[in-house]
Amino acid sequence: MTRSIERVAAVGTAPERVDGRAKVAGKAPYAYEHPVERPAYAHPIQATIAAGRVRGIDTARALAVDGVHTVLTPDNAPPLRRGQDAELEILQAPDVAFRGQIIGCVVADTPEAARHAADLVAVDYERRDHDVTLASDRPDLYRPGEVSHEADTEDGDVDAALAGAAARVEAEYRTARNHNNPLEPHTTVAVWDADGLTLYDSTQGVHSLRSAVAEVFDLDESRIRVLAPYVGGGFGSKGTAHAHVVLAALAAKRMSGRPVKLALTRQQTFTLAGYRTPTVQRVALGADTDGRIDALAVDVVEQTSRVKAFAEQTALPSRTMYAAPHRRTTHRMAALDVPVTSWMRAPGVCPGMFGPEVAMDELAERCGLDPIELRLRNEPDRDPETGKPYSTRNLAECLRGGARRFGWDARPAAPRQTRQGEWWIGTGVASSTYPVHHAPGSAARIERRADGRYHVGVGAVDIGTGAWTVLGQIAADALGVDREDVVVTVGDTALPFASVAGGSSGTTNWGSAIVAAAHGFRARFGDDDPPAGSEHTESAPENPDTERFAMHAFGAQFAEVHVSADTGEIRVPRLLGVFAAGRIVNPRLARSQFLGGMTMGLSMALHEEGVMDERLGMVVNHDLAEYHVATNADVPSVEAEWIDEHDPHVNPMGTKGIGEIGIVGTAAAVANAAYHATGVRVRELPVTADRFLTA
Amino acid sequence: MEADITITVDGEQHRLVTDTRTTLLDALRDRLGVFSPKKGCDHGQCGTCTVLLDGRRATTCLALAVAHDGAHVTTSAGLAADERGQALHQAFLDHDGFQCGYCTPGQICSAAGMLDEAGAGWASAVTEDVRAEPELDEAEIRERMSGNLCRCGAYAGIVEAVREVAEHDGSRAGGEVANR
Repeated sequence: MTRSIERVAAVGTAPERVDGRAKVAGKAPYAYEHPVERPAYAHPIQATIAAGRVRGIDTARALAVDGVHTVLTPDNAPPLRRGQDAELEILQAPDVAFRGQIIGCVVADTPEAARHAADLVAVDYERRDHDVTLASDRPDLYRPGEVSHEADTEDGDVDAALAGAAARVEAEYRTARNHNNPLEPHTTVAVWDADGLTLYDSTQGVHSLRSAVAEVFDLDESRIRVLAPYVGGGFGSKGTAHAHVVLAALAAKRMSGRPVKLALTRQQTFTLAGYRTPTVQRVALGADTDGRIDALAVDVVEQTSRVKAFAEQTALPSRTMYAAPHRRTTHRMAALDVPVTSWMRAPGVCPGMFGPEVAMDELAERCGLDPIELRLRNEPDRDPETGKPYSTRNLAECLRGGARRFGWDARPAAPRQTRQGEWWIGTGVASSTYPVHHAPGSAARIERRADGRYHVGVGAVDIGTGAWTVLGQIAADALGVDREDVVVTVGDTALPFASVAGGSSGTTNWGSAIVAAAHGFRARFGDDDPPAGSEHTESAPENPDTERFAMHAFGAQFAEVHVSADTGEIRVPRLLGVFAAGRIVNPRLARSQFLGGMTMGLSMALHEEGVMDERLGMVVNHDLAEYHVATNADVPSVEAEWIDEHDPHVNPMGTKGIGEIGIVGTAAAVANAAYHATGVRVRELPVTADRFLTA
Repeated sequence: MEADITITVDGEQHRLVTDTRTTLLDALRDRLGVFSPKKGCDHGQCGTCTVLLDGRRATTCLALAVAHDGAHVTTSAGLAADERGQALHQAFLDHDGFQCGYCTPGQICSAAGMLDEAGAGWASAVTEDVRAEPELDEAEIRERMSGNLCRCGAYAGIVEAVREVAEHDGSRAGGEVANR
């Protein structure tokens, strides 16, 4: 067991964000907004074909534009180290692997000149027929190599068990291509001078970005500093380095000392910042007459780019959700001429809980059971995949508590029973889960300064999660002082190493480092008033309990859906989520995390779909007018609650991570409620009006 | 082509020579170093660049700087000069009406402009009786604030924050919105 924080005084209270006052005034500097001397502006040139190669680039007209300094192309770009991450190794070869790929860049005195000149660059291409169509019957699907988990798992004899099942659901479910769209577009300000390279970047991980840049530029990490004190959302798309960072650094290298600002346009982020692959999920569930699941199979097909393989772990949650003696999960991928797929909020888990959780709704109906009762009957004693006990698993309590709060029992069992005027009305439920991720190596520095306060430094990044605030609460309790006596600094590689802000793991990793550093600080300098200058840095120790227990957060999501009988219009007047996610450090900020996840889940359910034009090989709705994300009016009532969960195993704080679980299960709850309202089973996201018009 | 213009931002007057292609947003950010309004889409689709432009909310990415010679711009930073602006800032903090903070100055400027519009009797798409004084209930606030996207999904907190300020702002009913 980990050594817990002894005192819980600041943890559990709900102070407002310490960075909040600067943010409401707009005075907190995001990447683009750091003061630099006389910046130049870079504008990327993107391929207008989806496959082939650049035969020649004519930059003469661009170079003639007043204020243009240089046009980088594959012919003249500085060399990069190759062979590690092809997404980042830009301008090293003439090949085009997807439409929108970076094939050049204009650097100019003003953004207007750079953009205008970029349009004047004439590119001669040698085209190859492109292939951008994902289908589950493609002959070239392949099994990805192990990334973080096995691609396939199998226990027992699924097919035989399915054949003998009293109740069976076998269906194909689809999730759409989703784009992260943080409201701050991806931005890098690069300064390359005698001291080395400085990057002000909109990144979720200053240290991980530094490593990636060091690798591709063959630079010692000590020559690179990355700063990201404030980041305008990320949702995974700023979790790994993308090509524009390298482009900004290349431009800065060429500009020898003059800072270069590169802000992707909103449209460019649709091709250059990663996105969530569409998925096809073949789900099979077989149960006995009591609804006990005997066989479970989830076979996933998804896409990856040819530039860089990324295997979305879509079947992962099905390995831990419900008990079944016969189980199979598989992933197959199609490598296409498409931009690089990557992380988006709860990668794998979020799309992977859509198919199975709708299938559970269908199975409940086949078995004549309430969907909550079906889930309760299939609660496992131990993690079905590993056989380990759960550190805590309170899904059942979330389902039961949520049902009471939501008024679940009042619903008719059969679908299409409730009509109010124009509207069919229904309710639905789905489960949520998200693993507790641990990443090694995060460290924190604690220093007592002359101002009498304890200054805590950790290279964490706050992308809106509240890290600036909650890390101070954790430090206060670990040191045994008031929160006001702690000053936290994050977002700088000059601070001790921190893992990326991703996988809902920030508080686990950085908080554990702070607790370790605080205990070390007290051991060295005593509990009383240590002198100014007392300083201690320590890394988070490994947690042996991660080997002994399966660690996951759980939740239950409830949706009320209204569907217009005349137009098929779908509205979601009410969403409720109840979560079991360990100790909640700051209820005010935690509520925002849960609600934010659920709101993005609602958006996924109703709106979000990057539409591929197969002729052009591009997503045609690549802006916020056509790729819809939920607006204020889409979200009439969304509420989140959590149960008081004490988990001594996960980490010293007892926290499980709350950034992602809110988006997991929402879309299934909405689709299930839409079925209950109308009797129309929608197995494909987004759930749009046209699906109901034939009913 | 360039033009000489004067813009007053949060009470401070600036003279600048601007490229006639430069948007008001880029003039504020790149030329004047005023970074309170943010750039989220540059197409008038997200609302992060919202300011009060001569007293009314406007997306500055859709305005050319040269077309606003002599304009008065109030950003969220400038709103803090008056009581209602301070109340909006505090309400967003109290109700945690944001996470990453990038859309927030635009949300707050939009809220300030919207309160004036409602106070002047302007109806919205969800106003039942367009002849009556609109009552800023939650549905009205959501509708009127839907030009400002928040990808973190802080809408619940935003509505609570705006509603709280609207309730204390009732005295402004019967007001006017600046003519532009």
